[in-house]
Amino acid sequence: MRLTVNGIEHDLDLDPRTTVLDALREHLDLTGAKKGCDHGQCGACTVLLDGRRVNSCLLLAVAHQDAEIRTVEGFEDHPVQRGFLEHDGFQCGYCTPGQICSAVGMLDEVERGWPSAATGGDPEGEDLLSDAEIRERMSGNLCRCGAYPNMVPAIREAAGR
Amino acid sequence: MKTFTYRSATGFADGLEPGAVFLAGGTNLVDLMKLGVAAPDVLVDVNRLVADEISELPGGGLRIGAGVRNSDLAADPRVRTRYPVLSQALLAGASGQLRNMATTGGNLLQRTRCRYFMDATKPCNKHAPGTGCPARDGDHRNLAILGGSDACIATHPSDMAVALVALDAVVNTSGPAGERRIPAEELHRLPGDAPERDTVLEHGELITSVDLPAVEVTNSAYRKARDRASYAFAVGSVAAALTVAGGTVGDVRLAWGAVAPKPWRARIAEERLRGAPATRESFLAAADAELAGARALRDNAYKIALMRNLTASVLERLAAAGGTR
Amino acid sequence: MTATTHRAVGTPLARLEGPKKVTGAAKYAAEYPQDDLAYAWIVQSPVARGRLDAVVVDPTDEAIVVLWHGNAPRLRDADDPELAVLQSAAISYRGQPVALVVADTPEGARRAAQTVRLEITAEEHDTVLRTDHPELYTPETVNPGFPSETAAGDVDRAWAAAPVRIDVEYATPALHNNPMEPHATIARWDGDELTLWDSNQHPSGVAATVSQVFGMRPDQTRVITEHVGGGFGSKGTARPNAVLAAMGARVTGRPVKLALPRQQMFTVVGHRTPTRQRIRLAATSDGALTAIDHQAFSQSSRLFEFAEQTAVATRHMYAAPNRRTGHRLLRLDMPTPRWMRAPGEAPGMFALECAMDELAAELGIDPIELRVRNEPEVEPETGTPFTSRHYVDCLRQGAERFGWSGRDPRPRQRREGDWWIGTGVAGATYPAMAQPSTARVRAFDDGGFEVAIGAADLGTGARTILTQIAADALGVPVERITIRIGDSSLPKASVAGGSSGSASWGWAVTGACRALRESGEREAVFDTTELIQKQEKEGRHAFGAHFAEVRVDAVTGEVRVSRLFGMYAAGRILNPRTARSQFLGGMIMGMGMALHEEGVLDPAMGEWVNHDLAEYHIPAHADVENIDAAWLDEQDDQLNPMGSKGVGEIGIVGSPAAIVNAVWHATGVRVRDLPVRLDKLLPHL
Repeated sequence: MRLTVNGIEHDLDLDPRTTVLDALREHLDLTGAKKGCDHGQCGACTVLLDGRRVNSCLLLAVAHQDAEIRTVEGFEDHPVQRGFLEHDGFQCGYCTPGQICSAVGMLDEVERGWPSAATGGDPEGEDLLSDAEIRERMSGNLCRCGAYPNMVPAIREAAGR
Repeated sequence: MKTFTYRSATGFADGLEPGAVFLAGGTNLVDLMKLGVAAPDVLVDVNRLVADEISELPGGGLRIGAGVRNSDLAADPRVRTRYPVLSQALLAGASGQLRNMATTGGNLLQRTRCRYFMDATKPCNKHAPGTGCPARDGDHRNLAILGGSDACIATHPSDMAVALVALDAVVNTSGPAGERRIPAEELHRLPGDAPERDTVLEHGELITSVDLPAVEVTNSAYRKARDRASYAFAVGSVAAALTVAGGTVGDVRLAWGAVAPKPWRARIAEERLRGAPATRESFLAAADAELAGARALRDNAYKIALMRNLTASVLERLAAAGGTR
Repeated sequence: MTATTHRAVGTPLARLEGPKKVTGAAKYAAEYPQDDLAYAWIVQSPVARGRLDAVVVDPTDEAIVVLWHGNAPRLRDADDPELAVLQSAAISYRGQPVALVVADTPEGARRAAQTVRLEITAEEHDTVLRTDHPELYTPETVNPGFPSETAAGDVDRAWAAAPVRIDVEYATPALHNNPMEPHATIARWDGDELTLWDSNQHPSGVAATVSQVFGMRPDQTRVITEHVGGGFGSKGTARPNAVLAAMGARVTGRPVKLALPRQQMFTVVGHRTPTRQRIRLAATSDGALTAIDHQAFSQSSRLFEFAEQTAVATRHMYAAPNRRTGHRLLRLDMPTPRWMRAPGEAPGMFALECAMDELAAELGIDPIELRVRNEPEVEPETGTPFTSRHYVDCLRQGAERFGWSGRDPRPRQRREGDWWIGTGVAGATYPAMAQPSTARVRAFDDGGFEVAIGAADLGTGARTILTQIAADALGVPVERITIRIGDSSLPKASVAGGSSGSASWGWAVTGACRALRESGEREAVFDTTELIQKQEKEGRHAFGAHFAEVRVDAVTGEVRVSRLFGMYAAGRILNPRTARSQFLGGMIMGMGMALHEEGVLDPAMGEWVNHDLAEYHIPAHADVENIDAAWLDEQDDQLNPMGSKGVGEIGIVGSPAAIVNAVWHATGVRVRDLPVRLDKLLPHL
């Protein structure tokens, strides 16, 4: 089985049941993506799959051999990472890699003009990175420490706002 | 998770051996497989097979490939302009990550979130027919007030499907018996005494696309009530489209989510509303007429008041927005 | 040694491990690679009471071994019966570990756990906490050793004579800690030496306990706990995962990883007990309390008596000549409750501070003014002076910053569109504790220092704060300090719990650093046990006030918290950056307690049925709007060398009441059973 992670192609001998998350954590020693719920209910396992943020715990590795997977280990001094450091956007740090990957994917979605549930009727005239927008768009990443308020400015500033 | 054979689907006519299921986004299937609630022998990956494009239909409708991801569908400018209720419903559901994974076909086929169904160690007529339904006396705060049976009161969790039902969408399928066009409203079935069957699809029948009919009413909206501000399934939702002419309801489409085993087209309410004054009183009376058939249990009677309020609120806003074609 | 006048304590030093956490380089318990690793999965009881007669393993399944009481190694007794795993046929609750599967892969372990067949004789179970249950009893003490009952004056006489009275009952549901990192252990035996990479709040304690269970000397177990993905109390002691991983590794002769799935976090690791509480307040017509009576009911398991100190905070809050507090406990066929962030204070102060709000409304007195009028001079029950108490200042200054003045006290007055809007206030308190710990410091030739203590940083900022404390005690910049924590082979530290970590460990670190300077030696070790034993225990508390503005949707009953503000007096704030995050985190968990969180019990199943993060709701990003925390510059030199009181828990104390009081102010609806969900409001809107 083949898996391409952070630009490196790996040949792996995997069980068909192995998820992308377990392939990363148990076979590639890439433990940045976290297992918080294993069911798509917390976002800690978020990685980018062909540039889009996804829950890697619900992806079967066997079905994504052609994809480009990017994990938090694939970022180097990204503005979102800097923002999280600057604003104390984490406490225990367990949700953090997922939050960072999610934020990177989310900023790309905003760049493309995608609406969210916080967007009103006129997407052209709206600030898609208002605090309410960031909160709604990041709601797929739970944080039990409650570092949410510090992540909002971290993400906003990473977008150059 | 039981071990399985994985293969990529190569053609619509492949058919599906017993014990095999289709895999699309996997957001619900993989979840249930881990829990042991789903235990297929074979996974047939349809991601390379089904279309992931949205195309114009002759006469002004849209055809949504079954492989179109929820996020792409929600963001599509044509959908946002012509079918705002659909975009809003999609964006009200799940999370950014899940919407990037989930497909149109898979979203329709997601299974209930009933807490007994989701736990393989508990009795449930849906995952283990004949074992009984503990929800009736147990936890049913978020279960059905309409369309349930003694065997099952599970609710269908999709937001998107509620909008599709309101829009009179048509589900296109391909299977061993050929191709079919199934009205979205008829895709899901009520449990009766066979709650293990969620839909009318036959084994091996694959959703290939969903057709949205030509736009008749762009004045549409989706509103969802839930237990936290985001990333939560609905406890009640309304999809509606409305035209008003001279203070009178013209066309109206109304569908409810999280109140029944299927997305619930509120046809009794619609019937009451056509030609009626576009007032709060009419909207409430219409909701009440639909809810006359509601059967609440110990902890879900609040849904009756909730749906009444939500329906009136959504229709009032649509009426105020002009209700123009 | 270079002297410096710069003080590191009190500056907003960024978390030292921050760069590792934002790059994925920080290693949590389940993330240490091992050769020939095997994976374990717990099989849980599907019944709440009964007997496990046999375990039948499908020969085609993927298990290397399936352990149960019929074949598991015998363990020594621990202080915690929950750790006597796989030792007996008796089933005490649904979800109890009754077997352990070990397999070559995580997928195989999970599958084998699903296919193992348990032959069980089930018995009738009792899982519902009722205040009229015949088996209720008064425990001797409540956690961690307070008397169950206290009384002063004559409550009944004062009650009978009072012109204004409030007699109300409150209920809180089972709550689940749910740190983002589920409990996890990797166990590896090297001969008779055991290494555990374990997610916990107390490496020294876990090492001692696991050693005891396996009949070993304490130093034969080494526990490595470098980074911890939250705990909030549930990782305060060794949990069954640590013992089971070690057992699996012993039997298979391979390193074994046991990472709990989220679903098992609801039963195996502890939770906050549900409570029922009755509060009676009697007052003069000008708002002077004449009697306070707080009676709390909670539950524990058949295995272990954990009696939460629900009414204890009431002993410290308000002056009243006649007073009574008491606790009643019921043992049920349910999992054992444990610590969860501010055990006792969080549910107890929800009830007391809502009752105070109800009394204020009854009296027609501003709720802040009512609290000010009942401010005690000394500990109300013992007469001990407070080392410092600035509760009134928190109320007054918090009110000013929140914009309280001019508030219309009448409920259901403010409506904007579909939203009913209201504001609420509630007090907060948490004891300022310190526990014996030992630290070691070494000086190096390059001018650097290594400070070592077996503490744990669960995201509190402990690693950073201890570095600041050491820098000041040694009189050097923080860059010269290398801190080592998270390892039981380091000097013994107390648990990261009870908001006592910084005080306890900082004290030991300060002592070691001072001893090093005074002695001129290259190494110094300092143990605080004697100093702490000599300390007065009464009269030491942090205080605070929470303010909330909520809006309630008249259409749906949905509640949103538009603003949440906390004003604290918690001694010296050692690091304003990490302290603020702690305060906010506590307040947000308080919001979850007020509005979202509930273990939903199905009595017939004997289980909380919503055991995952899709169904057990904790606040999401979108739930947290405008939130802030501030604090007074409180000086208190009677506590510890730093003058700190601890900030980890006070944020969840009172914040639920502030929100619930605001919901009443918005809607006129008093919800007395948490959480305040839309179905409880909608019928009244």
